[in-house]
Order: sequence, then C-alpha cells, then structure tokens
Amino acid sequence: MSLRLTALAAALLLAGAAHAADSIKVGFVSTLSGPGAGLGVDIRDGFQLGMKQLNGKLGGLPAEVLVADDQQSPDVAKQAADKFLKKDKVDFMTGIVFSNIMLAVGPAVFQNQTFYISANAGPSQYAGEQCNPFFFNVAWQNDNLHEAVGKYVQDKGFKNVVIVTPNYPGGKDAVSGFKRYYKGKVADEIYTKLGQLDYAAELAQIRATKPDALFFFLPGGMGINFVKQFVAAGLSRDTQLFAPGFSADEDVIKAVGAPMMGMFNSSHWAHDMDNAENKRFVAEFEKEYGRLPSLYASQGYDAALMMDAAVRDVKGNVADKKALQKALEAKRFKSVRGDFKFNSNHYPVQNYYLRVIGKDVQGRVTNKSMGTIFSNHADAYVGACKMK
Amino acid sequence: MTQLILEQALNGLQFGLMLFLLAAGLTLVFGIMDCINLAHGSLYMVGAYFVAAAAQAADSFWIGLGAGVAGAAVLGLLLELSLFRQLYRRDHLSQVLATFALILIANEAVRVIWGPAPLMLNPPEALAGPVEFVLLGDTFFYPAYRLLIIGVGLAVGGLLYLLVAKSRVGMWVRAGAANREMTEALGINVRALFTAVFVFGAALCALAGGLLGPLLAVQVGMGESVLILAFVVIIIGGIGSIRGAFIGALIVGSVDTLGRALLPTLLRVLLPGDAAATLGPALASILIYLLMAGILFFKPQGLFPARA
Repeated sequence: MSLRLTALAAALLLAGAAHAADSIKVGFVSTLSGPGAGLGVDIRDGFQLGMKQLNGKLGGLPAEVLVADDQQSPDVAKQAADKFLKKDKVDFMTGIVFSNIMLAVGPAVFQNQTFYISANAGPSQYAGEQCNPFFFNVAWQNDNLHEAVGKYVQDKGFKNVVIVTPNYPGGKDAVSGFKRYYKGKVADEIYTKLGQLDYAAELAQIRATKPDALFFFLPGGMGINFVKQFVAAGLSRDTQLFAPGFSADEDVIKAVGAPMMGMFNSSHWAHDMDNAENKRFVAEFEKEYGRLPSLYASQGYDAALMMDAAVRDVKGNVADKKALQKALEAKRFKSVRGDFKFNSNHYPVQNYYLRVIGKDVQGRVTNKSMGTIFSNHADAYVGACKMK
Repeated sequence: MTQLILEQALNGLQFGLMLFLLAAGLTLVFGIMDCINLAHGSLYMVGAYFVAAAAQAADSFWIGLGAGVAGAAVLGLLLELSLFRQLYRRDHLSQVLATFALILIANEAVRVIWGPAPLMLNPPEALAGPVEFVLLGDTFFYPAYRLLIIGVGLAVGGLLYLLVAKSRVGMWVRAGAANREMTEALGINVRALFTAVFVFGAALCALAGGLLGPLLAVQVGMGESVLILAFVVIIIGGIGSIRGAFIGALIVGSVDTLGRALLPTLLRVLLPGDAAATLGPALASILIYLLMAGILFFKPQGLFPARA
C-alpha cells in the first residue's frame, strides 16, 4: 500500500514537473538609491520597457516582476534575494549592478537552482573557476570593456598612464583587463573606496605624476564627481581621459555636460547602432522616459528579451532546468547590440566598439560610435571554466 | 613636489574646515546642554537638500545657499522648541534613542520628498575651473571652488572665535559649558541661550552641507558618515570647546587626506603591489580612529577640555 502511495505521489510530482507553469516570476534586485542609483534605475527601466513591449508576458505567459532596492549593500541584497527565492519562489533573478553584491548573492541563487541572468555585473570569478550552469551574463565579462580601452590606448601610442578604480572585485577586473592589452608604463594604480565622492587627494597625486593618459573606471556618481573635480583642478589640459563605457554614458554625461566632450570610451553597444531592434528600442525608450538610454538600459532590455525567448523555447515548462539552460544557451532573441553568442561559460562572445563623446545633430552632448576595437571577443577566463 | 605638498595641505585644510563647521555646533550642544544629538548629521543632510532645492528653484547657487541656511535655522528652531527642550533633562540613553529616531524620520522624509536618487548641485559657473597662482617662481593650480570653501571656513572660524571669546553672549556660552547651575544662578536666561546655540549649530550644518554639495552628492544618508567624523573631532578636541573643535577638525582633515595620499605609496615600497593596494586604503581609513584612540589614552578629556 505504502509503496503504491509513494509511487503515486512520485508520479503526481513528475506530472506536475512536466506541466507548463501558468505564470513567470522575476526577482529584480538592483541599486536604486545612493550614488549608484543611476545604473540600477536604467537597468530597471530598460527591463520594464522590454516587459511592456512583450505585453507583460514572458514566453507568452503572464509575468510578474518583483523589484527590490539593495541600497548598494551586499547584506540588504542578500536579504531581498532570499525573500524572492524562498517566499516568492521566483523563476529568474536579475538586476544586480555591482560585482561585490553579485558575488554575495550568487551562492544562494545557484543553490536554489534559480537562473540568474546578469544584466550588468560580470565578475571574473563566475567566468572562470566558479562558473555555474545557473549564471548567465547577457552584458559582458567585467574585463572586456577595459580590455578594449587598453587596446585603443596602446594603439594610439600613449606611454605613461595612471589608472584609477574603486577597491572592489569589479575594480580589480578593470585593472587586469586594461593591462592585458596596454603594454606601456603604468605610472600609478590608485585604488579608492567604493562610493567615494571626494577625489582631492587622488587628483593631487595624479598631477604630481604627470601622466599623458588617465584611465578611470568609476561607475555612477563616483565618475560624475571624478570628472567634475578633474576638470575643476585644471588637469584636463595635459592629460587625456579614457574610460570604459560605464564611466562615459548618458548618466555621467547628463550630470557633467560639455567638459566630457572629446572623451574616448568603449562599449559593446551604442544608441546610434544601426539595426532595426536598436532603433526601435532607442525610440521607445526616449518616448517612455524622456531621455536617451545608456548601455545599462540596453542590458536590462536584453535580459527581458532573453528570458522571453527561453521560456517560449521550453513551452513554459520552466521547471525542467536542463531544458531551460539549453534554451538560454541557444540565445534565440535579437539583441539591440546586433548578433552575439554565448561562450561555454555563459558569457557573451561579441564585438566591442570605440565611442567618442561629442554633439549630435540635435546639439545634445552624447556618444558617437567610431568603429570596432575587437570582433567576436571572448573573455580571458573561459579556459578555467568546467561547466557542469 | 612642492605643488603636491601644497595641494594636499590645502585639501586637508578644506576638509578640516568643513568638519569644523559641523563639529562646532555639535560640541556646543553636547558641551553646554549635555545633550547627545545624533541627528546633527541629519540637519547637515536636510540643510544640503534645502540648499540644492532652493538653488534649483532660483537658478542661483548663492540664493540657494542663503535660503537653505535660513531654512535649516528655522527647522533647528522648531526642533529645539518642540523636542530638544524635553530632552535636556533626560539621561543620555533617552537622548540617543530620540535623536536616532530623528535620523530615521529625516532619511525617510527626504526620500519621500526628493526621491532616492541624489540631487545635483553645481558650483557657480565662475568657480568651476582652477585658479592659477605663482609662488616662489612656480605656477600652482588649485580648484577655485575649494579655495572658496577654505575662505568661508576660515571666516566662520574667525567669527566664531570673536563671538565666543570676545562677546558677552560668548562669555555666557563659555560659562554655561563650564558650570551650568552657576550660570543659571547668576541670572542668565539659559533656556533662550540654548535655543540660540542650537539654531546657530543648525545653520552651520546647512552651510557645510550646501558648500560640500557641489563636491560630493546631496543624497539620503549623507549625514551619518560625516556625523561619526564630527564626533571624532569633538572627542579629540575636548567636548564643549570651540578651540578644541577647530584644532581637532584640522587634525582629522589633514590626517585623513595625507593618509589617503601617502599610505598606499609608502606601503608599495614595503609590500607587493596588490597587497599594498588592498591594505593602503583600508589602513588610511582607520588612521583617524587610531589617532583618536591615541589621544584618548594620553588625554582622556581631549586636547582642550572645556571643563578644566
């Protein structure tokens, strides 16, 4: 009797697993307050725009997006993620901006066998030895944009560079990425506190070093303050600024304005990229929010499209994790950056472009695409990844 | 090299003077009224928001600064009359609890009114660039706006010195800090004096918040981190002493700036690059607390105790 009951229970459970879910839940944890808020807000707005264009559905199933603010604190993020995983039982998670927060939240998500689609943070750890079947990054690996700047600075013949970056995993990835392709002299590596807003001491040090180029990776409010103070200190006369797209996108440009003109930066996406998906995305984003999208917004948008395509692929049966993983790996959606594919570590293999800040035809200060730095570029850590 | 030393010294001075504006009000409230006001940092935050909002509305930094400081003074007056007056007679635990509640209320109120994203406050156009000056035959650069902050800080410091050391009101304040009961017994209206001191402290907070707004960011929670530094300053300087707050603020400002500038470079000589890069900033940020511990060990009352 008990054997038959157990068999029946097992059969019921299996049947339940094979059934398609009737709705999809997404847990969105991001930095929505404080100096990093601009990034999280853009990812959220991009994601919500994607949801709106999908009529609030993912793969044809009604979808609910639960949003939480991590206040740029790993502890707050962990609590919010735990609630989404345990209480709301979400099917996907996304949204985290900063790599230190990603590394804090990751283990709980993976243990719960929930797919995390990173729309920003791409720590080297998850690209290499700690790569995980449940982690996908739809944006880039942290090093990539910095590698592209390093290559450009090297090709342009700069010989004496100072690097400024926050002291956290994303900052370390920035330095190793830049130095992988820049082979000249690094006069100084300056590590600041994550979230630091006053750079007086660092700028004095830079002035004394007299570099011909300065590479800085300071996302969000940190970059806004750094560029303003750099210009106010009169350093822009002798030193050329270079940055990854993170420190030179719409959020920073809007706050700093004209002093940013002429600054070169790298990105895997630009709002003037010429493809139908991107044109539609940029036009709809401007209409919805009254501002130009940043690369963060494009990543959030792509994350929504990626979930949609995968859920459609498995016909709504998100409980079949293996099938869902295959569907996500297959990447059947059309990204606003043009074509790319996933590597075996679930990070993109894609092109990286050079952009320069200038005035567009409408007289707005914004980014212009200048050409390709890398084609079909993978990250440096994929060799260490043994994906299960 | 001279440029580097001069620039870092000015940076330390600028940071120290802003800390002084905050610590001056805190040390008077703590020293004279024996009241621990954790919400002092919230006054700084709310003051900065007032300045930023008024500057945006009037499209002028100076009008914004004036209106914001006045607004914060009025808020300080209302707070003193309604809440702090009840707290003076209570023990320190009640004061800590009540003012901590104020921090939470202020943060939430700011979030509701101005939203979670930081407000942008730009310095006046004329002060956005660097100033060039010649010293001993060398040309130096320093941001004009930071020079302005140093100027205002020194002016307020001088004014406070005259007020506290030379005026009659200042004498009452010093008397109140040294012995409250005796001062009351001499027929001085201590209640009105307290209100005036509190309002003055609130205005100084807003001045610091408004001046630092363009350099930092006007955001929720900006008061808490700076409050800790202000407490370090008054503990180093001696509670209740304006002179102590001034010296303490300059010490903390210089040590913090020099530590951030020099420690990573020094450590790199001794340690491998990546270890120095991790240890340097961490050590630099605990340097001022080491300093405080050292001073407390040798002079438990601080450098210039008010009640000698």
